[in-house]
Amino acid sequence: MAEFTLPKNSKVTKGKHFPAAPGAKNVRTFKVYRWSPDDDKNPHTDTYDIDMDACGPMVLDALIKIKNEIDPTLTFRRSCREGICGSCAMNIDGTNTLACTKGVNECKGDVAIYPLPHMSVVKDLVPDMTHFYAQYASVEPWLKAKTPVSQAAERLQSKEDREKLDGLYECILCACCSTSCPSYWWNSDKYLGPAILLQSYRWLADSRDEAKGERLDALEDPFKLYRCHTIMNCTNTCPKGLNPGKAISEIKKMIAERSL
Amino acid sequence: MQKERPLSPHLQVYRPQMTSMLSILHRGTGVFLFLGTPLLVFWLMTIAAGPAEYANLQVYFSNWFVKLVLLGWTFALFYHLCNGVRHLFWDVGRGFEMETLYRSGWLVLGVASAMTLITAYLAFTGGVA
Repeated sequence: MAEFTLPKNSKVTKGKHFPAAPGAKNVRTFKVYRWSPDDDKNPHTDTYDIDMDACGPMVLDALIKIKNEIDPTLTFRRSCREGICGSCAMNIDGTNTLACTKGVNECKGDVAIYPLPHMSVVKDLVPDMTHFYAQYASVEPWLKAKTPVSQAAERLQSKEDREKLDGLYECILCACCSTSCPSYWWNSDKYLGPAILLQSYRWLADSRDEAKGERLDALEDPFKLYRCHTIMNCTNTCPKGLNPGKAISEIKKMIAERSL
Repeated sequence: MQKERPLSPHLQVYRPQMTSMLSILHRGTGVFLFLGTPLLVFWLMTIAAGPAEYANLQVYFSNWFVKLVLLGWTFALFYHLCNGVRHLFWDVGRGFEMETLYRSGWLVLGVASAMTLITAYLAFTGGVA
């Protein structure tokens, strides 16, 4: 059942303010969600004023600067710093995106930074992805083919069939789309969400895969697929410019067409 | 002792998107239409009951608040209808590009508003005939 307010232990309070060094001319303010399992405080937002003349252009640069120079306890995931690993997915300036590819100058006013929405928080900006990954595993994201192929040969695919995977294989599983989806917020226990459904469609659309029927059978229940109501926050927020909403619609069409 | 992990903010921090706002408006208008349908049936029954009964009901329709609710219900009907057509396009797999989504969204809002205004004009100025 949808719970529109935050539980008591999750209410966000006001935290500390760290002003910029005196003499800084190009100051931007960052409001960052903080929560630690090691004290007895509720989540709170700490405010950091950063001199952008001494900071890189991306939101991730600012977070790294805060961690390096102001508060080493600030916790967040990051790795590739170029939008290919998906580690630094978070809610920045009201929408989900990757901190490494989001320019500070793209944000208006104070830059608000929260963990991915409606997730269990491990610490600060780090959400617990266990359930999300378990859902990914549940769609069996690998090529299933029974037709034997000789050791020397590969499973060939025409150029046209390969092109059907464009816009699908680029997904980095950052979970920006799934955690932007109100339907996933209220039903993530049973609904797979846009990221996992796009991944599922990546195998359904693969000409070499021979498990279409069983894959569709597994998705055909009231929740896993059909909790998508075409809200389309997913496509709107995808930092890779992919279209999970359309992929979900293609799965729905596959299920409708096979019963004709 | 480990304290319980909090739930990260969702509605509280997610900036309202045109995509989700039109979606919740579709749900809202649907519920509003459902609630109004028994009243529509009641109205039709009153017409069937004859001119005297209908005249009794007419008194209520001159109330400004009732007029406002009727205007709202009219918009709900046209919005739900137009956005329903938008859903039909999605059901056949069309119109999923972000640019198209925004354009069809504004189109639905525009057409529903225009149809509401035309209906209100006809209703409040005495109709077509």
